[in-house]
Amino acid sequence: MNRLRFTPLQRVLHWVTAVCVLAMLFIGVGMLSTVMPKYLTLVSIHKPLGIAILVLVLIRLAVRLRRGAPPLPADLPEPLKLAAHLSHYLLYILLIAMPLIGWGMLSAAAYPVRMYPGLYLPAILRQSDRLHAILWGAHYYLAFALFALILLHIAAALFHLLVRKDGVFQTMAPVSDPSSK
Amino acid sequence: MPQSKSAAAAAGSLILIAVLVGGVAAAFAYTAGWLSPGRLTANKIVDAFTPPSGPPLGHRRNHSKGVCFTGVFESNGAGAELSRAQIFAPGEYPALGRLNLGTPDPNAADASVRVRGLGLQISAPNGEAWRSAMINAPVFAVSTPQAFYQLLLASKSKDPNAMPTFAAEHPEIAGFAAWAKTGPWTGSYAEERFNSLNSFIFEDSKGTSHAVRWSFVPAAQPVPVSPEELATRGSDFLEQEIAERVQSGAVRWTLIVTAANPGDPTSDPTRPWPQDRRTIAVGTLIARRIEAERDGPCRDINFDPTVLPAGIKTSDDPFPAARSSVYAKSYDLRTAEAADYPRAMTGGAP
Repeated sequence: MNRLRFTPLQRVLHWVTAVCVLAMLFIGVGMLSTVMPKYLTLVSIHKPLGIAILVLVLIRLAVRLRRGAPPLPADLPEPLKLAAHLSHYLLYILLIAMPLIGWGMLSAAAYPVRMYPGLYLPAILRQSDRLHAILWGAHYYLAFALFALILLHIAAALFHLLVRKDGVFQTMAPVSDPSSK
Repeated sequence: MPQSKSAAAAAGSLILIAVLVGGVAAAFAYTAGWLSPGRLTANKIVDAFTPPSGPPLGHRRNHSKGVCFTGVFESNGAGAELSRAQIFAPGEYPALGRLNLGTPDPNAADASVRVRGLGLQISAPNGEAWRSAMINAPVFAVSTPQAFYQLLLASKSKDPNAMPTFAAEHPEIAGFAAWAKTGPWTGSYAEERFNSLNSFIFEDSKGTSHAVRWSFVPAAQPVPVSPEELATRGSDFLEQEIAERVQSGAVRWTLIVTAANPGDPTSDPTRPWPQDRRTIAVGTLIARRIEAERDGPCRDINFDPTVLPAGIKTSDDPFPAARSSVYAKSYDLRTAEAADYPRAMTGGAP
């Protein structure tokens, strides 16, 4: 189990999710900032992309539980190890919760949850103004929390790559680094 | 490696990290519009609707006064020629609607409001819904969402020249203004013709697109009544009248779809299409039951005109997108304010 890198499947899943989630966050704030026709285009991408992320992250979680992760460097200070573990738990929780909250929010508002013209998901909650208000607030504020967490994640990854040079970045790097062989 | 050199390299790396992460954050802020105060947002339009007395908490931010109805849409099958949407196949489909007044005051006197509206949802057996929100004006007041925002600001302005200046800069308002001034008033929602104003695209089963507008034309003969006469009828006469009328028999409107000729203006709802365009009567909307909005089934439905079944799409008309974003904002606000508009029969305490 003491591998140097995540498996190729784990790395592919990571980078595909990374692109999708960043796109999702930009689409989310972008669609709230405009009344132009691109609003409809952005909303029509936001919904199926959110469900795609939910599926991707559930697959990732299953693969992660099966295949594990390379250990953090032994010399990494304990507080940083704790921060690394906590932030990854939070990322998984938010990445699974956000699509479910969005789906629940649309259900509670009796909006059709449209993936594609003619293709819909069922409602997962009964219609309720109170639930809609709670879920809308959660979806909105957690999106900014998720974005902040992702910025921290990027900063930490680059810190490992450029400052600590401890091989942590390489465990998830999309391509193998020939100099590390 | 000398200590100072590696420290300098680390400092350089930290700056690089800060620049990269800061760049992503800045791109996010730009996308969110935080660096573009001039961008027209749903928040701005909703704010512009707010009357001086404050927003109508718990209510729609415009068309705030209304009454729910349920009934059916009886499709005669003629619409299938233009759109493959299931609701145009012959049959009877559940309809949920809201007859309403174009005012941000949920307590406005009915006779004081010029614009009357119809919000409608027709549900198909395959789970799809067609939602729309129409008004009784034959054309819209302005051509673009930006101009609409300017109109809201001008109509609220204390400057007596604001509206004349706006009208001079937006001559397209003349058609709407003429209707507002000289169009007949009626004593009943059942006598109003409700028009889509915006253009949409119907797609038939062969995949051919047809630009259309539509109207719900009343079965009841409109009887013109002067606004002065209406003002004597009590503040809620429209809601009372429609409830009584439906009780003594279903109220009907015929859905008439108008197909554009090539070159007809689809992007500008101030420009009517010539009278000779082809029209098709595709079915009948029947209101069978009226319910007060407070506990009614239309209360928490957002009649977003971009909730469309397969076979109907938005066109190059910019309004449906703007309406969708503004209606969503209004919905998010009012559902969070439900305590300010309490239900008479709540599900909780008896």
